[in-house]
Amino acid sequence: MVDNSEFDDIPGTTVFTAQRSHEGFHLNQFCMSLKRPENRERFKADERTYLDEWPMTEAQKRAVLARDYNAMIDLGGNIYFLAKIFATDGLSFQTAAASMTGMTNEEYAAMMLHGGRSPEGLRSKKDGN
Amino acid sequence: MARITAGVTTSHVPAIGAAFDRGEEKSDYWAPLFEGYEWSKKWISEEAPDVVVLVYNDHASAFSLEMIPTFAIGCADTFAVADEGFGARPVPDVVGHPELACHMAQSLILDEFDMTVINQMDVDHGLTVPLSLMFGKVDAWPVKVIPIAVNVVQYPPPTGERCFKLGEAIRRAVESYEEDLNVQVWGTGGMSHQLQGPRAGLINQPFDHAFLENMNNNPQALRSITHLEYLREAGSEGIELVMWLIMRGALGERCAELHRFYHVPASNTAVGHLILEAPKSEGPA
Repeated sequence: MVDNSEFDDIPGTTVFTAQRSHEGFHLNQFCMSLKRPENRERFKADERTYLDEWPMTEAQKRAVLARDYNAMIDLGGNIYFLAKIFATDGLSFQTAAASMTGMTNEEYAAMMLHGGRSPEGLRSKKDGN
Repeated sequence: MARITAGVTTSHVPAIGAAFDRGEEKSDYWAPLFEGYEWSKKWISEEAPDVVVLVYNDHASAFSLEMIPTFAIGCADTFAVADEGFGARPVPDVVGHPELACHMAQSLILDEFDMTVINQMDVDHGLTVPLSLMFGKVDAWPVKVIPIAVNVVQYPPPTGERCFKLGEAIRRAVESYEEDLNVQVWGTGGMSHQLQGPRAGLINQPFDHAFLENMNNNPQALRSITHLEYLREAGSEGIELVMWLIMRGALGERCAELHRFYHVPASNTAVGHLILEAPKSEGPA
């Protein structure tokens, strides 16, 4: 049996395993559909109706409607698939990433300009390094 | 005989492509990044390779989660530019080299690398941003491209060790092709970055600098980096660096480092770029 418990020890990080891919399959396939312009238009016109065409869980649909990217990832979303949602919204990857950190866009952009988030203290919960 | 003459590594951040397409190469934010590729553009115009074997990963453009090939090789005549959710990049379609690609696919599979063969595929920023960085704005790419797509989206990607050995097999495949071709191998993606969760924005400059240094001088040290170490040290998306090891494995033991560039940030990511020259005198592997 594979043991992925070490992943839970990395702070603020979700590893997209085959199990998560299975849980998030329909959520991610919905995202994939947004690579077609006509689907982006239909989604933008009525998000709920478009989402209801996919066999996603209610929690997944609500997370999409709320643009809660951490929740989408918790529910099996993969960031490269979720990127189709914020691309449809006309938002940058940096804005979407910032939304997952609890920082404002300005705070996050300033952190990146100053060399990014240091790994110090963020490698392992148990080792505290 | 076809021969691998050089290797290039570069990050393939989508925001670089967007900045390039909007003509923002000289803006305060982007100028320091694009300046790092000026030498490279001059170098490659003089090298004029016939073919680039371009190792990259697809980002939910060609491959959905219906099927996830670990290693795939593009054997098509052309590869269209993908719409990634905001329209296709305004760059030329990518022209393949199906004869060499099919030869490589057969050679690699019989050499025990179980490649998925692709006869139709759109290519996304993972492949086109490196082309833009190296060739600038062009009406047609001045090189044929054989895409090697590596799964780094769903865990686990192939190990660094496996990637290095695939690079060695790519060299054997290229060098067993009769036509006299100047072939480069590019490894793209990286360096440290994390695009998701509360730890998004992670950049590990000491890790990146050590990786750049070891690419040329001590690649053996890079082969054994575990996935857990990449995740902890280089961020959840920094694990893309395994793709650089395919390039390194293809070059042979002793290379010459011609160019090195490192810049933080490009959007969420640390950008690393290397040009390594393959040893000239070594015979077939």
